[in-house]
Amino acid sequence: MKEDWRNHMRRWAPYALTPLIILAALPAIGAGPWLTLTVAGLTMGIMLFLVASGLTLIFGLMDVLNFAHAAFVTVGAYVTVTVLRPLAGWTMQTSLTLNLIALLVALIAAAAASGALGFVFERVIIRQVYGAPLRQILITIGALTIIEQLVVVIWGPQALVLPKPASLRGSVFIGSSPIETYRLAALAVGLAVALAMHLFLRRTRLGLVVRAGVENREMVQALGYHIRRVFIGVFMAGTALAGMGGMMWGQYQETVNSQIGDSMTILVFIILIIGGLGSVGGCFIGAILVGLTTNYVGFLAPKMALGSNILLMAAILLWQPRGLFPMAEH
Amino acid sequence: MTPAQQFVRRPPGWLSWIVSDDPPGRIGLNVLMLAILLALAFAPFLFPGTKALGVSARICIFVILVASYDLMLGYTGIVSFAHTMFFGIGAYGVAIMLAKGWVGWGAVILGAAAGAAVAAVVAAFIGMLSLRLRAIFFSMITLAIASFAQIVAEQWRNLTGGEDGLTFSVPAVLRPSFHLFAKPVFGVVVNGPVITYYITFVATLILFLLMLRIVNSPLGLVLRAIRENEFRVEAMGYQVVAYRTLACVLSAVMAALAGALMALVLRYNGPDVTLSFSLMIDILLMVVIGGMGSLYGAVIGAIVVVLAQYYLQNVLAMISAAIAGMPVMSALFHPDRWLLWLGIIFVLIVTFLPQGIVGRLRSRH
Repeated sequence: MKEDWRNHMRRWAPYALTPLIILAALPAIGAGPWLTLTVAGLTMGIMLFLVASGLTLIFGLMDVLNFAHAAFVTVGAYVTVTVLRPLAGWTMQTSLTLNLIALLVALIAAAAASGALGFVFERVIIRQVYGAPLRQILITIGALTIIEQLVVVIWGPQALVLPKPASLRGSVFIGSSPIETYRLAALAVGLAVALAMHLFLRRTRLGLVVRAGVENREMVQALGYHIRRVFIGVFMAGTALAGMGGMMWGQYQETVNSQIGDSMTILVFIILIIGGLGSVGGCFIGAILVGLTTNYVGFLAPKMALGSNILLMAAILLWQPRGLFPMAEH
Repeated sequence: MTPAQQFVRRPPGWLSWIVSDDPPGRIGLNVLMLAILLALAFAPFLFPGTKALGVSARICIFVILVASYDLMLGYTGIVSFAHTMFFGIGAYGVAIMLAKGWVGWGAVILGAAAGAAVAAVVAAFIGMLSLRLRAIFFSMITLAIASFAQIVAEQWRNLTGGEDGLTFSVPAVLRPSFHLFAKPVFGVVVNGPVITYYITFVATLILFLLMLRIVNSPLGLVLRAIRENEFRVEAMGYQVVAYRTLACVLSAVMAALAGALMALVLRYNGPDVTLSFSLMIDILLMVVIGGMGSLYGAVIGAIVVVLAQYYLQNVLAMISAAIAGMPVMSALFHPDRWLLWLGIIFVLIVTFLPQGIVGRLRSRH
């Protein structure tokens, strides 16, 4: 009986961690800023999730850890700048419909550009290093340098401005807590994408093949599925998601420079480690945890903000050495 | 040679003893290594000037740094991104001692020793925490820890000087105003920086030969076996985690000593100089270009990349001046884009020459 209870605790503890942190932050911060910070943390988390989920799926399916994933974030952000410049007429007006159409166009363009680059990247770079982890790390680091430098060649070394659309500026008040409109919109978009991804993975035939491939690649191959074709699809989807993340992140910061992807790399890796490599659910919880921690700690002890996520990772690793939701070894 | 003679071990000559029975290899590589050794030994006289002296010192320091990284990457098969952290720990050890007002050889030695000790403890801790996991985990964790170290160095202003770093005075003998001889020797004034260079050079030579001894010892054999097949080594009764951690600790101590030399040479230390991620990329470039799994590769890699850093920009400036009219091409060859070209070389080498330059030169015999 007692053993049973312990097992339950062990199974559910990773799920309970996020709500517990949110609740624990309430008395420490005070109700007013707490709501603002929680929404900010959730938004940051969902944007990080878009970037990290592609990486974790690619790793789970093909055992490839792409250190150049951040480059697709950068590309997505820069493509957004290019696309929104001629559409400035639409984003500067206060009409919500026109704003949203412009953003949708930018989102699709960012995802399409990153996805297309991902296709080329898989063909040229990743294909030659399957099953060689050491060379994977080296070659993707080299490719990261090349893409970032090419971005500077194309768009120039200076930072570019990326203003938020007119109707998404400012804040709404819930009680006495100000909440930025853009954050709410980004949160909605991010949740919609996450939900779509969940439905795809859980409810479609192809999603089933992807999940099965993560569990046991050889078995899926033996059943007659062309796993390499599935993988190219997942790779493109993953890089497209990274591009979307870059678009949303760049617009949130209202400025884009060539380091925008690099600044995310460490956070994304922390999320993957916290969640357990290859696990999409773990990636979601890890991303939300990192987003919340950054915002709470940034408020309570600004000096600690940058390092807090790394301390969070160390704490979780001491507790669960293989992450919160470890996948089967393969 | 009769079959029986093959098993008679020749008593090693002193030259062979010095290089731990692991000479560079074919005649061409031997000559190249000897030429490099002589060039570095007489660098202040062969290449006079402050810039050339700085480049030579940098090459020496990076030879240690890259060789120690190869101990992990090439010999044990561990990818760490925290190597600059250990480099930085050593540099800050010396920098903090000297910047806090105690100027003397005691401070330098104590600082270097403290840096090496801290690096060893940190490396052992990281190793025991994460080396039992899959290799990829270790890489990601070291990346996070290295960025944490950078944050600490930037935030802990009282101790590290924050982003500005620390400028400090070195012992009197190493200052530019000190002259060892009243007259120039072969036209070169033997002043503090030249003496610092020779300290660096001798330290590099000793540490390099020490590492050569380590990789050719029974310990080195176990490390290489782990790289090839860790399960088999585990099955033979070796504690893989312990050996990997030991490789990490040795590598970290060497990197810290290289950092201490860097601080002495620059008379300055800050996060950008010894902790930045781009420095980590440089180290990776050097190991891969020179050739993983061969310490002589570290020498070649360090020389090629350091020279490229200092002189590739000039070459690019010449090219971009020649094609100034063409819009995209001149952006591609802009002097600031040297990293792009190094990146391309890097990818090409990983693709077509995975053993690196030295690996290729050695593999033919």
